[in-house]
Amino acid sequence: MTDPLVIFDLLLGLSIVALALAVLSVRDLFAAIVLFVIFGLLSALAWVRLSAPDVALAEAAIGTGVTGALLLKTLHHLRYVTGTLDRPEAMNLTPVTPVPMPVLWVNAAFCGLIALGLAVAFLEAPKVGPGFDALVAEAMPASGVDHPVTAVLLNFRAYDTLMEVVVLLAAVIAVWQVERGLSEAPAPHLGEVWQGFARLALPAIVVVGTYLLWVGAEAPGGAFQGGAVLASVGLLLLLSRFYVPQPAHRGIARLAFVLGTGVFSAVALLVSGGGRVAFEYPLEHAKTLILLIEGLVTISIAVTLAALFHGREPVALGEEERRNDT
Amino acid sequence: MMLESLSMILIALGTVFFIAGTVGLLRFPDIYCRLHALTKADGLGLALIALGVALLADSMGEVFRIILIWFFVAVASATCGHLIARYERRSGEGPSYD
Repeated sequence: MTDPLVIFDLLLGLSIVALALAVLSVRDLFAAIVLFVIFGLLSALAWVRLSAPDVALAEAAIGTGVTGALLLKTLHHLRYVTGTLDRPEAMNLTPVTPVPMPVLWVNAAFCGLIALGLAVAFLEAPKVGPGFDALVAEAMPASGVDHPVTAVLLNFRAYDTLMEVVVLLAAVIAVWQVERGLSEAPAPHLGEVWQGFARLALPAIVVVGTYLLWVGAEAPGGAFQGGAVLASVGLLLLLSRFYVPQPAHRGIARLAFVLGTGVFSAVALLVSGGGRVAFEYPLEHAKTLILLIEGLVTISIAVTLAALFHGREPVALGEEERRNDT
Repeated sequence: MMLESLSMILIALGTVFFIAGTVGLLRFPDIYCRLHALTKADGLGLALIALGVALLADSMGEVFRIILIWFFVAVASATCGHLIARYERRSGEGPSYD
């Protein structure tokens, strides 16, 4: 008698592979994005089945929600630039010139290498065994929190997490640099029902995002999941035009971008010394420090993701002309 | 036991509505009919499944969270349906009445 859930898992795995193939093969970019979002949701479900709710939450919030929004925004911009916006007959067209073959081959080579590395790692991993569970459980009292995943992310392997935050910071800096000369596609007018929905959803999203951050100390959740949910507040504000980015707000935005990285690194360095290494929090302050880092990193992640969604740096009109002249 | 079977019946009933909505999505001729099938049937299916799951919940907190999830998914899917229909009516052809 096989477990009926095995059949479900098999179907789930096959659907994920089929969706991945469909995303790559479909010609319509909008369809590709929708398929990618479904792919992400099913992957999140797969992580739940693998008893990794933290990864599932991150996949659903960042890998699916925010990434899907970023891709749709990019498509909107592409259509605006190529003049195919709001023209349904252009739906099935790819509004970009084809990628040159050498670029395709280089990309394929790198993807192949990654796939090869993953396959080797998968084959070399021990088939059965406790993994690092026992080690983590043993070290838990020294972590300052009650949830093993948060302990690993913010304490035992905090350096990796810091690098993830730095990646986001680098991304937003690159976007502000690259998109400097680009004209801005007009935001789609979404109507009154949407406005009502935004008003209803906004406070709830703030509560859910903060809850995800807070609960991270003892249950699945944390800075990245909470930050991604809070970023959707920014998305709603931008889409419904309740907030229009102003050039004068750039200073505070920059502060928010570097806040997480800055405080994370500062704490890591400040706790070192006196026989401790960087990231080795003193036990009596561990919980406070982790909460402080997580809270500020959450703010940074939320603001950065929302800024990535908005895209170009808000520049004053005169300033933009001066830049184009030079 | 009684509660469990009741919950099973509700979840099964909810699944039937989801399947009906999906059949409508695949079989109906144009986008408006498809949206109609999908939003109505899935809305009811979701409510039944949420009710069924809520019966199995351990604490009032869980019930409260299920109700919240139900409410926001319902509102979001209704808004999505409206946005898709609105976009189609503005850029494409309106619904045909024959």
